[in-house]
Amino acid sequence: MTKAADETAHASPKGPDVTSTETKTSEHSGGARKLSSREGAAGDKVFSGTALSAGILILVVLVAVAAFLVLQAFPAFVAPQSQIADGKGFWAYIVPLIVGTVIAAVISLVVATPISLGVALFISHYAPRRLAQILGYIIDLLAAIPSVIFGAWGISFLAPALVPGYAWLASSLGWIPIFGGPASATGKTLLTVSIVLAVMVIPIITSVCREIFLQTPKLHEEAALALGATRWEMIRMAVLPFARPGIISAVMLGLGRALGETMAVALVLSSGPLIASLIQSGNQTIAADIALNFPEASGLSLNQLIAAGLVLFVFTLAVNIVARWIISRHKEFSGAN
Amino acid sequence: MTAIATPRRRTSLTRNRLPRIAPWASLVVGLVVGAAVSTLVGFNVFGWGVFAAIAFTIVYVAWSAAVEGGRKARDKFATCLVIGSFIIVVLPLFSVIWTVLEGGIKGLLTPGFLGTSMNGVSGIQDNQSVNTGSRVVGGIYHALIGTLLITLWSTIISVPVGLLTSIYLVEYSRGGRLGQAITLFVDVMTGIPSIVAGLFAAALFATIFGPGTQTGFVAAVALTVLMIPVVVRSSEEMLRIVPNELREAAYALGVRKWRTILKVVVPTAISGIASGVTLAIARVIGETAPILLTAGFATKINLNVFSNWMASLPTYIYFQILNPTSPSNPDPSLQRAWGAALVLIIFVMILNLIARLVARIFAPKTGR
Amino acid sequence: MKANRFGRLSAVALVAAGALALSACGSDNATNSGSSSSATASGPKVTGTLTGGGSTAQSAAIDAWKQGFTGANSGASVQYNPVGSGAGRKTFISGGSQFAGSDAAMTADELTQAKTQCGNDGALDLPVYISPIAVAYNLPGVSSLNLSPDNIAKIFRGEIAKWNDPAIAADNSGVNLPDLKITPVHRSDDSGTTQNFTEYLKAASPSVWTDKSGQTWPASLPGENAKGTDGVVKTVASTAGAVAYSDDSAVSGSLGKAKVKVGSSWVALSAGGAAKAVELSKPADGRATNDLALNLNRTPTDSSAYPIVLVSYHVVCAAYKDQATVDLVKAWENYVVSDAGQQAAASAAKSAPISSSLAAKAKTAIDSIKVKS
Repeated sequence: MTKAADETAHASPKGPDVTSTETKTSEHSGGARKLSSREGAAGDKVFSGTALSAGILILVVLVAVAAFLVLQAFPAFVAPQSQIADGKGFWAYIVPLIVGTVIAAVISLVVATPISLGVALFISHYAPRRLAQILGYIIDLLAAIPSVIFGAWGISFLAPALVPGYAWLASSLGWIPIFGGPASATGKTLLTVSIVLAVMVIPIITSVCREIFLQTPKLHEEAALALGATRWEMIRMAVLPFARPGIISAVMLGLGRALGETMAVALVLSSGPLIASLIQSGNQTIAADIALNFPEASGLSLNQLIAAGLVLFVFTLAVNIVARWIISRHKEFSGAN
Repeated sequence: MTAIATPRRRTSLTRNRLPRIAPWASLVVGLVVGAAVSTLVGFNVFGWGVFAAIAFTIVYVAWSAAVEGGRKARDKFATCLVIGSFIIVVLPLFSVIWTVLEGGIKGLLTPGFLGTSMNGVSGIQDNQSVNTGSRVVGGIYHALIGTLLITLWSTIISVPVGLLTSIYLVEYSRGGRLGQAITLFVDVMTGIPSIVAGLFAAALFATIFGPGTQTGFVAAVALTVLMIPVVVRSSEEMLRIVPNELREAAYALGVRKWRTILKVVVPTAISGIASGVTLAIARVIGETAPILLTAGFATKINLNVFSNWMASLPTYIYFQILNPTSPSNPDPSLQRAWGAALVLIIFVMILNLIARLVARIFAPKTGR
Repeated sequence: MKANRFGRLSAVALVAAGALALSACGSDNATNSGSSSSATASGPKVTGTLTGGGSTAQSAAIDAWKQGFTGANSGASVQYNPVGSGAGRKTFISGGSQFAGSDAAMTADELTQAKTQCGNDGALDLPVYISPIAVAYNLPGVSSLNLSPDNIAKIFRGEIAKWNDPAIAADNSGVNLPDLKITPVHRSDDSGTTQNFTEYLKAASPSVWTDKSGQTWPASLPGENAKGTDGVVKTVASTAGAVAYSDDSAVSGSLGKAKVKVGSSWVALSAGGAAKAVELSKPADGRATNDLALNLNRTPTDSSAYPIVLVSYHVVCAAYKDQATVDLVKAWENYVVSDAGQQAAASAAKSAPISSSLAAKAKTAIDSIKVKS
């Protein structure tokens, strides 16, 4: 990393043919003189003021959105519970959706996280450089495929392809409740949804992780290798500890997408009441429920859907706070100080 | 050759090494064992691949453990896992890309697809093209322009604001109260359902400019609400991992803080920031619901984001798939939808290229 | 290095210029038609932009109407946002649009709210779009199937599990029913189609269908579901033994459509039958004279009526703020209910044209629209 610092200092607009020491000293002393003047002090104030106002602006906007959400959701909480969700009440409506959302998101992350880490490592530390660049590029692109396309792919390709697998699971492992039969004949189940979600979040997690793996101080890596560590030991001792907060952050980004994903779930899942089996049709997620019912909703049912949105919101917040907490606990291991 | 090679194998440096052909030999064994096992449970290519990969890993790692010892074997195992995960990812992702390409090429190559709007196209034309085999009329020009302008505006708003905020969080606040509040709300916003962002923007503009204010700009604001948290989070992460030594070196040379940030910190992190911005754009570019609530659903070309309805590629794709122009003959609509999806991806590809170009221009040369 | 940097900057500039150049070409004339085409409608030409939103079921028909209407009135344009009926009515009530497309008539509550925008006479519901709902099945080799309302209800409630159940066989003598599991498929999203189908079951088979009717399919019932008409039809088409209710327009050739028992006869789905059932329906109670909200007759005895239909309305104000808007709305809605308009919708969206008597009533209602006093 000192190498990078060195390079930064060298990054003067002059060409390399000019005598380097001379240029550097004159540039730097000139810059220092200029910057220590009042003009520089003013620049500091202006810049920090701009950054501060940007922060405040974001805070105001986000607080406004949150307030709007709470305000719109409020009627669903105070209205007589018999008027909501066919008289079941709001909580009876929302709890199965929360469970479904969590199951789908957790499975997708359990599938996606190790794979994404592997791919990110492959790109950053294993693949030949040229191949790595192309791969990084492709992964970034995949993050941009609209979710309706993933949904269409899930329903037209993945779901039918998984049907025999589900039938096998139901017959061989049917005694485990989550693989309870009879398996769905269309493959439009929560497990399929989780796999589609995993495919959607893999590019996101990979993209962020790769970027962070590449930032690992080269000195740490080289020191580890010089001490005789194998490549895997180097990764475990130098790369992963350095990247841990970033990995958690990346996974949270993926979780945000998995929790909030609407179209792919809405298209793929054959929704229904909450059931334990992941290979039968059933279950539903909050975001998909909002997307499916929103267009025809009006009045109190609209408030109910927005309240569901609020629950999702609170839920993501809780997850994020936990993640922040984990990151702060590991901060002392970060290499960036 | 052999004369030289034989004594070398005896030196202590190469004594505990696997021969060069070890991976290939293991691969052959893996393929054979995989074929055998998959035949037992009912042969298919997919099963063969899975079993072959497992067998290869076992053989290769066990061999390495026997010859080279535990540490090297663990290293080989990790390599197998990393490459394996890469292969696992390639399959579905390429399947998705293939699906889009397969469906999209035909639509994209239809003359007029890129240059015309959907103005005046109805089920009558679609039925005709199915019945007589004439070319599918109607294009995506209006939606392409709409997506371009809406995304451009939301990027123009959210990238400077988001980047400055992350600079504030990392460089100035350093755990202050305001910083904590901003972090908290940025975290909250990552979980916002996109439809709520649309409702918010629609309500905001309806209050200020009267009901029914639906323009491209309202959509850009809605997308900004979704985009800012992603921009802030990813650039915050990237700024945080800029080594403090760099900052300290700059300060020690008497460089002002703001110049340090602009000339040292941000350029060091720029490739990560650019990647994060691309991700943020990717996050919002496929959003359907917020655009529908805020920008309306146009079938005509509109170049002005501040007045009248605007179309966008995601709403276009969504409705062409779910509400075909001719319900009884959905094929022309599907062709247009896949074509539009392909265009959307190409469009993001170009954006991505620009982001990388920008990153490369501003980034310092590093050892990588 | 410097030159290189400029080179890169110019590359960026080139991309930007390319984007700008892209925005300079492009055409709104997708169909290669002259602007004077099909200017057959009579009456003075109107100008201005009309904004509407709502029902997704109507969107294909609206595309066709837009084309016909703007062909006759080149200065006018109509924009329609298929956000869904509920959202469409809400936008209309708040004044964000001049008309709403809705699969259900305005509720009494909504009519009161609409008075803020529309003056004291409130809003009018005009039935403009009729779509028959098919009971579509995927049974290889079975080309004709008779289903009584009770049997339909039992199938969709999961009470009849096999196609060769005696209850079905009794109505289908001579048909070789397979020993196949029945997979009922319903809509996962809220929709007017579900509402009309459950309303039909509740009216025609009250003893079997004990659930409420509504836009949402009762969650307690078994079966698969899919999003949107298209999703339902695709699921049925790919699953042998599946059966679903769907707007007729989307049901493709390979699927069968059940004949439904009306009175004592078996009635096949037809556009005329659907229009007939709507014609036989009574106006909804407690509405203004010109509000044509219908109380659909789900149990007609006339053997030419097909009772499973969806009626979608255009909701318009009884009074608008200025003469230009009034003229525009009148011209648009008059075209929509005219023979030409209904035929255009029928050929584009496969809907059933409304009967001439209903069209006449609608014209009277449209002509009553006036400037807000």
